[in-house]
Amino acid sequence: MGKSVLLIEDEPNIIEAISFILSRDGWAVSTHSNGHDAVDVVRGAVPDILILDVMLPGKSGFDILRELRETHGPESLPVLMLTARGQLKDREMAEKAGVNRFMTKPFSNAEVLEAVRDLVDA
Amino acid sequence: MSKRQSSVFLQRRNYRRRRLVDLIRMMPVIGALLWAVPLLWPTGEDGGVTTSKALVYVFLVWFGLVVVTALLSRLALTAQVDENLKDG
Amino acid sequence: MATLNILVAVCLIYVIFLFVVAFAAEREARRGKGGWLRSPLVYTLSLSIYCTAWTFYGAVGYAARSGLEYLTIYIGPSLVMIGWWWILRKLVRIGRAQRATSIADLISSRYGKSNLLAVGVTILAVIGTTPYIALQLQSVTLSFAVFSDAGSTFEALADQESTALLVAMGLALFTILFGTRNLDVNERHHGVVMAIAVEAIVKLFALLAVGVFVVWGVGGGLSETLDKIDASKIGMWEMRGDRWASLIFLSAAAFLCLPRMFQVMVVENDDESHLRTASWAFPAYIMVMSLFVVPIAVVGLDLLPEGSNPDLFVLTLPLATGNEGLAMLSFLGGFSSATSMVIVAALALSTMVSNHIVMPIWLTATGGGATVSGDVRNVVILARRFSIAGVVFLGFLYFQLSGGGTALASIGLVSFAGVAQFLPVLLGGVFWRGATRNGAFAGLTVGFMVWAYCLMLPSFGPGVLIPETVMEHGIFGIDWLRPYALFGIEGMDPLVHAVLWSISLNSVVFFLASLIGFPTPLERLQGAQFVNVYEHTENLQSWSGSFAQSEDLMVMSQRILGAREAQILFESEAQRQGVGGYLPEPSPDFLLVLERELSGSVGAATAHAMIGQIVGGASVSVEDLMAVADETAQMMEYSSRLEAKSEEQSRTARQLRQANEKLTEISVQKDAFLSQVSHELRTPMTSIRAFSEILRDSERLSEVEKVKYSSIIHDEALRLTRLLDDLLDLSVLENGQVNLNVQTGDLGALLDHALASALTGAGSEGFTVRRDQAKEAVALNTDLDRLSQVFINLIANARKYCDAEAPALTIRVVQNGASVLVDFVDNGSGISKKDQAVIFEKFARVGEMKAGGAGLGLAICREIMARLGGSVNYLPGQGGAAFRVIVPRTLRKAAE
Repeated sequence: MGKSVLLIEDEPNIIEAISFILSRDGWAVSTHSNGHDAVDVVRGAVPDILILDVMLPGKSGFDILRELRETHGPESLPVLMLTARGQLKDREMAEKAGVNRFMTKPFSNAEVLEAVRDLVDA
Repeated sequence: MSKRQSSVFLQRRNYRRRRLVDLIRMMPVIGALLWAVPLLWPTGEDGGVTTSKALVYVFLVWFGLVVVTALLSRLALTAQVDENLKDG
Repeated sequence: MATLNILVAVCLIYVIFLFVVAFAAEREARRGKGGWLRSPLVYTLSLSIYCTAWTFYGAVGYAARSGLEYLTIYIGPSLVMIGWWWILRKLVRIGRAQRATSIADLISSRYGKSNLLAVGVTILAVIGTTPYIALQLQSVTLSFAVFSDAGSTFEALADQESTALLVAMGLALFTILFGTRNLDVNERHHGVVMAIAVEAIVKLFALLAVGVFVVWGVGGGLSETLDKIDASKIGMWEMRGDRWASLIFLSAAAFLCLPRMFQVMVVENDDESHLRTASWAFPAYIMVMSLFVVPIAVVGLDLLPEGSNPDLFVLTLPLATGNEGLAMLSFLGGFSSATSMVIVAALALSTMVSNHIVMPIWLTATGGGATVSGDVRNVVILARRFSIAGVVFLGFLYFQLSGGGTALASIGLVSFAGVAQFLPVLLGGVFWRGATRNGAFAGLTVGFMVWAYCLMLPSFGPGVLIPETVMEHGIFGIDWLRPYALFGIEGMDPLVHAVLWSISLNSVVFFLASLIGFPTPLERLQGAQFVNVYEHTENLQSWSGSFAQSEDLMVMSQRILGAREAQILFESEAQRQGVGGYLPEPSPDFLLVLERELSGSVGAATAHAMIGQIVGGASVSVEDLMAVADETAQMMEYSSRLEAKSEEQSRTARQLRQANEKLTEISVQKDAFLSQVSHELRTPMTSIRAFSEILRDSERLSEVEKVKYSSIIHDEALRLTRLLDDLLDLSVLENGQVNLNVQTGDLGALLDHALASALTGAGSEGFTVRRDQAKEAVALNTDLDRLSQVFINLIANARKYCDAEAPALTIRVVQNGASVLVDFVDNGSGISKKDQAVIFEKFARVGEMKAGGAGLGLAICREIMARLGGSVNYLPGQGGAAFRVIVPRTLRKAAE
């Protein structure tokens, strides 16, 4: 059994694509598609790595990350953030919130895969 | 000179209008007085007034009041054009 | 019996004719054509409901019994009309300024909008009027009986009762039909007034015809008739002075205070200048009405057998001389007098009962939320209908219980003395600022108690309601409390005695109690407004309601005034304040205007209470009281100038604040615009890239997977194209480079097409659309494709975002001058006020719902409608999300 990935993303097609890529590589992928209770879901079953979208219904990816980092953890969970808004400001905000890796959509499948492997191994 | 005359004229008109309103206000009082006259008529054994005469008197007063009130309300209408008769 | 059949037929035809008249008048009025319906002449004629059957039949009987005393009943009102400048002018002005719906409403409004006082006045008015209605029913049945030749057999009596019941039901029906057709803000009933005016002509004509016939046909000419008068038993002037004077006073007072007179004189008045005509025309009318009364009485006494009822001479004289046609006419005259009185009395009383008794009870019973409970409008109308039926039925019941006997005959003056008790409170309220509610209460209570004890109860005869021992020795054996000799003053005429004591004690108690107490701020405000009505065309403020929620107020007013009227009112108020859209700020001015409008429908006290519920009880501020106190002309002028200035300033501030809010909002949006565009473009591109890489790099893909992934790529590519199209469309529209393709088409067909396009695909099965196809038959000459685009967008939005369990969309079409209003209202939870301000901005999405669109739809709609010379706006307070599209029926190409 491979290591676990939790994907928090609201666009069904992107969920489908990432799940496909990662499960082919042997990861156990679970998904969640809104921001409201994302923090609880993460804490309920802490994955080996979290892939987080920024624009989520209910609560933004930045807020979720901040909450995870600042209150009751898990502080050390590796987080890969994906955003479609690609402005410098967004990257700064993500880094301030404590992201491990930040990627702009559209991404290359290979890059995502590589990033996930890197973050878990590190 | 002409200016002053016109202002005198206006005031005069205003004055007339006020007196007209006074008269309109007096009408019910006049009516009540005239219709109170029957109270003075003698009754009982020593003569008195016949019903036909009383009838004629009451209706004459009535008719007179109607006509005068109609005339006054007509005059008030024309007077009202320049000012909306606001004094109560 | 044959005559009776003809009579019934004539009667029916006449009634149908009245229905037609009322109906036609209503129609004309609704079309806005009936200017002539509201002439001073019609107003004057409508006042003639003062002349009831008691006048038509009873005056002759009165004259036959007591000589010229009957004249007092007409002299009093004549004096009041001739003196219109004193009282009536002021009453009408106040009634219109305060939108009084009845005398109870006016009195309660004056004394601090106290509903308790209104309830009291209402109950007293019902007590005073019921016997009078019974009297009318009796007169109609008696006149039927004269024709049917029936004696006093049992069947005849039963017959009489069924006649009375039929008449009562017919009158109730008529009043309900024309009195409660719509809940008019002005509370005016064109149909009813027109029918009354016609009846006024009929009764005058009938009485004149009988009079002319009697003087010249039977009496042998004028001078012979006068001789006959002097030779009769009423040939000498034997008037008691005290009765003459106090009856003139009494009838004048009753003329002002009778609920039905207030209805026609003040409530139904729609032009103050009509009073000027009525001031002489109405005295002329009643003068003519009373002209032939004595001749008819004298000739009747002379000609008819001893013991025949003088109350029916007007009928029996023509019958006895074989003039059945004239008798028929006379019957119609009496019928008209009775029916018009009952109709207006029922209308006036039902307004009072429903506004001051039923509505407050209903409001409390439903938990007090004017906004939460059902449709108030329907409740009001229903309450009115039941009250009308109730009032008429009460009259019938009284008629039946009293046995229709002689007890009724004396009721006219008793009833007059009852309602005359309102006089001190009414005049005090209008002319004296110091009058207070407690004073009014005390005065009315004392007045009515004295009236009931000294006049009303004894009028049923000794020993019936008041034991004879009380009559002779006073209540509890206290000698100076004898009903006919209060304070031991004996030998007075009972009526004069009762009027004298009741009115004077009433006035004194009212005055003293007013002096002692201290009025509430609201009473003082209303007092100033009433007494100084001529100076205060614009009123002082009484609400400081910054807590009020405009939307709640809108919801409430729509239920009372009707959706359209409420929207027009709110929109124009918003414009006056310089705010766009449909929601004005709840400024005191606006609340005052709104309260006045509402009180036209539900009465002052109720309207005040309803707004109070929403606004949260805030009522009178210190500034308001200051404004009442400083009333010298200079101060008024100075403060009004200041007021205008601060009004101006606050309007500018409001506009600035709104502009600022919008700018901030927009700048945030603008800032986010690039991110938004980026996000919207990158999301589909991500899917496309990811899946094309999968297709390229992965081995062992099944056919199913291949098809699925390539169709995702396809769909996302389409989404991208759509987005680019929208962006392009918007930029073209915004830059005004759009070419409009103007065509002519039918709105209904356009909606059909839009619905068909918007409701394809999954998720539209459970979606209900309500339309009124008949109203959609409107020809449009505009860019139909663009308009259709707007419709499709709105319908699709409703489908996507309506969160009701059984989602439904109502499409309402209203023609409004040169434009058509198309409302799209769904039954979901609507859009919050915060979001309403931004939904038309680009990329604005409400809440967290993502349904595929990029948030450009409404922005495009707004641009399109601007190009088409119309608008699309959010319409608040409709329950769900609601959008109103206003489109000119013909596109004006002024820009080209």
